Amino acid sequence: MRKAFVPLVVLGAAMFAYAPVAIAHTPYESTMLLIQKVFYFHLAAWAGLGLAISVCGIASAIYLFNGSKVADRLGVAGAELVVVFCTFGMISGSLWARKAWGIWWGWDPKLTMAFIIDLVFVGYILVRRFGGPGAEKLAAAMGIFGLATTPFIYKAADWWRTIHPQTSVMKTLSNTEGGAIMWSTVWFCIVTFLLLTVLVLAARTRLERLKTRLDELYLAAEDL
Amino acid sequence: MFFRTALLVLRKDVAIELRSYEIVSTTVFFALSCVAILSFAFVNEGQAPEGTAAGILWIAIAFSGTLALGRTFERERYGETLKALLLAPAPRPAIYLGKMLGIVALMLATEIVLVPMVNFLFAASLFARPGLLVVILLLGTVGYASVGTLFAAMLVRARTRDVMLPILLYPITVPVIIAGVRGTSALIASPVDDAVAQLWISLLAFFDVVFVTLALWTFEPLMTE
Amino acid sequence: MTLRRLWMLVLTFTLTASTLFAQPQPPVDGFVPAQSLPPTEQLPAAPLLIAAYSVFLVLMMGYLWTIWRRIGKVEQEMQELAKRQSGQPR
Repeated sequence: MRKAFVPLVVLGAAMFAYAPVAIAHTPYESTMLLIQKVFYFHLAAWAGLGLAISVCGIASAIYLFNGSKVADRLGVAGAELVVVFCTFGMISGSLWARKAWGIWWGWDPKLTMAFIIDLVFVGYILVRRFGGPGAEKLAAAMGIFGLATTPFIYKAADWWRTIHPQTSVMKTLSNTEGGAIMWSTVWFCIVTFLLLTVLVLAARTRLERLKTRLDELYLAAEDL
Repeated sequence: MFFRTALLVLRKDVAIELRSYEIVSTTVFFALSCVAILSFAFVNEGQAPEGTAAGILWIAIAFSGTLALGRTFERERYGETLKALLLAPAPRPAIYLGKMLGIVALMLATEIVLVPMVNFLFAASLFARPGLLVVILLLGTVGYASVGTLFAAMLVRARTRDVMLPILLYPITVPVIIAGVRGTSALIASPVDDAVAQLWISLLAFFDVVFVTLALWTFEPLMTE
Repeated sequence: MTLRRLWMLVLTFTLTASTLFAQPQPPVDGFVPAQSLPPTEQLPAAPLLIAAYSVFLVLMMGYLWTIWRRIGKVEQEMQELAKRQSGQPR
């Protein structure tokens, strides 16, 4: 990872620089026109969120049963990234909803799920910070249960009510002319975001690693 | 052995509770205060809008459940009995199961008072399908208590446990609350909507299975220091 | 070394920001009048779109900046500790 980090950062930055250009050159979607262009980063953010949640949940489980420090660090990094992506997803979705449905917030399943996931992982961060000794384990449990409850929240909110453009966006994407270009832009953005997720995870775990090393140094200094 | 241990833990909790009725009485009173406060928010011109009864019932259950969880484990912490319990040569998951059954019993005791009270105050026909209502209440309570017991038990060691329990517990149990509220309002609706109620019951059952399994699985590593 | 890497990251993101702000605007002027939109749907989309993309940049950059700053702090503290330790034995 360490050797690949710099080239990956360069690649990620280049992809990010190109993404707006690609989005600007993608043709309009037939019914939603300009505002549909939010979709490219919006969907990509959910892809990043999915990766971050999975990383956090699985790393939490590994930490809980294995005591692996690496998994613990990945867990923190994943949780923080979940909060960032989730917040962005909600805000961008809200801006889109304002144009598309005329409301900022509609309590539809995906919004509800995003909101609750945000709460869960803010809870993860809070318990880690204020939980006192042994808080890592509490947070790990939160990560596991957060990952496990996500489909339930989605299902429950889905049965509760729905107005989100289910898969209609996807369908119109493949039907309209220039659909192929739209799809390629979508995939480009998703790959860019997944790469970004990996890079940020690496940077954040590095911070945790440095912190533990600092603590060790302090301990060693006290022993002298 | 496994179920005997669980039942022993449950019997211990029930025996302690029966000596003073401290948690049951305070929790019931708290649930009723919740109902009163919520009624100020929703009742307009002497009438609550249709369907609020289900929401109020489940909010009261969730809030009073948190209180019961906090008090139960505060008692354990005070006597340092949880530590002793964990030191005993008994399977940890069995201890969890016993504690969870105790919480479920407490919450059901609260609901026995709460449900008729809500039914009476909001003129809701909660008992149109008593069987389905019992199933929804039971499954919802088990789902809530399964996560709640695990979190309350692991928070015993944390300094900020009073704030942390609701912060951690409510987002995770959102599906239970949604399913409980929706299922119950399907029962209140004037032609009772059996199909919808059964849909929510199936979600609740699925949730219960997944979360009880997960809790039994993670209780052991969580409680080892 | 790490600082330089992170600087590079931040710098490239800033560059991205400028393209982001510049890119989405031209189509608004060029295309929307040509479309015969019903008057009810003429809520301007461009500000919302730009807001969405800038929110992402602000959030991500802000988050990366906090990581970068915290790494800097920890490294500085390590250096100070090392300095103090090398001073001590004499």
